[in-house]
Amino acid sequence: MNERTEAVSLPAAATIAVDITALAEIQDMVRACMQCGTCSASCPNAPAMDRTPRSLWRMLLLGLVDEVLESRTFWLCSACYSCTLRCPRGLPLTEAMAALKRLAATDGRAADRKRGLFYEDFIRNVEKNGRVRETELMLHYFLDMRDPLLPLDYTPLGLKLLRKGKLRLGGSGQRGRLGPLFAKVREMEARP
Amino acid sequence: MKYSYYPGCSLESGAVEYDLSSREVLRLLGVELAEIPDWTCCGASAVEPVSRLLTLALPARNLALAEREAPDADMLVPCSACYLNHMRVERECEADRKLAARVNEALSAEGLSRSGTVRVRHLLDVLARDVGPERVGQAVVRRLEGLTVAPYYGCQVLRPYPLFDDPERPASMEPLLKALGVEVLDWDMGGRCCGASLMATKRAAALALVSAILDAASEADLIVTVCPMCQMNLEAYQKEAIRSGGRGRPVSVLYLPQLMGLALGLSEDDVLLGKNMAVTDALRGKLRAPAAATV
Ligand code: SF4
Ligand code: SF4
Repeated sequence: MNERTEAVSLPAAATIAVDITALAEIQDMVRACMQCGTCSASCPNAPAMDRTPRSLWRMLLLGLVDEVLESRTFWLCSACYSCTLRCPRGLPLTEAMAALKRLAATDGRAADRKRGLFYEDFIRNVEKNGRVRETELMLHYFLDMRDPLLPLDYTPLGLKLLRKGKLRLGGSGQRGRLGPLFAKVREMEARP
Repeated sequence: MKYSYYPGCSLESGAVEYDLSSREVLRLLGVELAEIPDWTCCGASAVEPVSRLLTLALPARNLALAEREAPDADMLVPCSACYLNHMRVERECEADRKLAARVNEALSAEGLSRSGTVRVRHLLDVLARDVGPERVGQAVVRRLEGLTVAPYYGCQVLRPYPLFDDPERPASMEPLLKALGVEVLDWDMGGRCCGASLMATKRAAALALVSAILDAASEADLIVTVCPMCQMNLEAYQKEAIRSGGRGRPVSVLYLPQLMGLALGLSEDDVLLGKNMAVTDALRGKLRAPAAATV
């Protein structure tokens, strides 16, 4: 338990303050939005979103934080950078989507917090092993997993990969390599 | 031509065929690779939600190692996600001196530092611009006539940093493919997103994207990719995508250097074709037909 907390989390008391700062940072990213809708029109995932990216930015700037965090929109961003590339204002929209995921993961919502734990697990794995052994996709999957039944859904691919000899389960020669770097970053980020 | 080589974690597991075929093809083209000793994970897309500094420090560590080994060599990266992670260090530290200093302070924990001499290059960029189609054509020993290929670029190789091609309508693979003797499918899905990690979290949305790509490629014998994530989404979820409403038919999906390797004289085993999850019998037949073995 303690090990996990020490690995990445901020102290609980700091969480709320950090969230407000994070929120302000995201608002700043989209402050210059002129609501032209180019981002929504460019987004390949817009049909599956409950709010278009354009309206998400609007809600964000209006301070409708709960509505924004309850939306599925940023969870549906696949980081394709189409919106970022085309926004006439040059806004870092993909980054804003990622920052919203980050915000939601540290927010109180149980499902999202679980997601945050997986990021922590992943990072601990990297810290320990130096390199990731799973395929990129498996990795993303475990990171983003929120539903404990989901692994079952994933079994066919796991088996396919195993059959192809693509799942290496052994350790890595880089074991422990990242310890000093992680410790340093932790120390730097803990500075006031 | 000499490059520092960063394979990245997925090329050690799920994408071994990409790693091996890249190394072999580059060797045949006279490109020398020096794998960065002791390289570590670039953080994938998992670190950003936790630590902003670590997101940059992890790839910066690899860049610092590359710089120490060969300060003048570019760093060649085949995985588009790893490429983007390292590229971000380059771009963000260039734009923000304070940030660069912070990253170096983190690296000092290992006695490393990064001054920024090493440029990050995608495998496709190196093939298209440094090696070039002419040299590829000269190295071809077996023209792959009679194959139609759909070049698939994906997102992060050109977005948000369109360093070597048009991110809206990429074309850098075409001359390379033509040099192999194949027909290039004229389509507009080459730069369309495959759904990336949504395949795990929001499968229906990702399947819709994959279906659309497969549908558009149904006139082709195969799709070629330059990213492990794109490759995985297009090959491993193909049946599901077609079942979920796509009109497409099964289509083979190969990494670009695998196809190049076959034209450069490597065998199917040499390029680990057995590791691919979507190779149709029709393609195998065409590859084995004596007609393909000209030159
Ligand atoms: S493209 Fe840019 S300016 Fe236009 S609505 Fe989207 S964020 Fe706003
Ligand atoms: S980066 Fe995300 S929000 Fe922007 S177009 Fe792509 S999927 Fe949509």
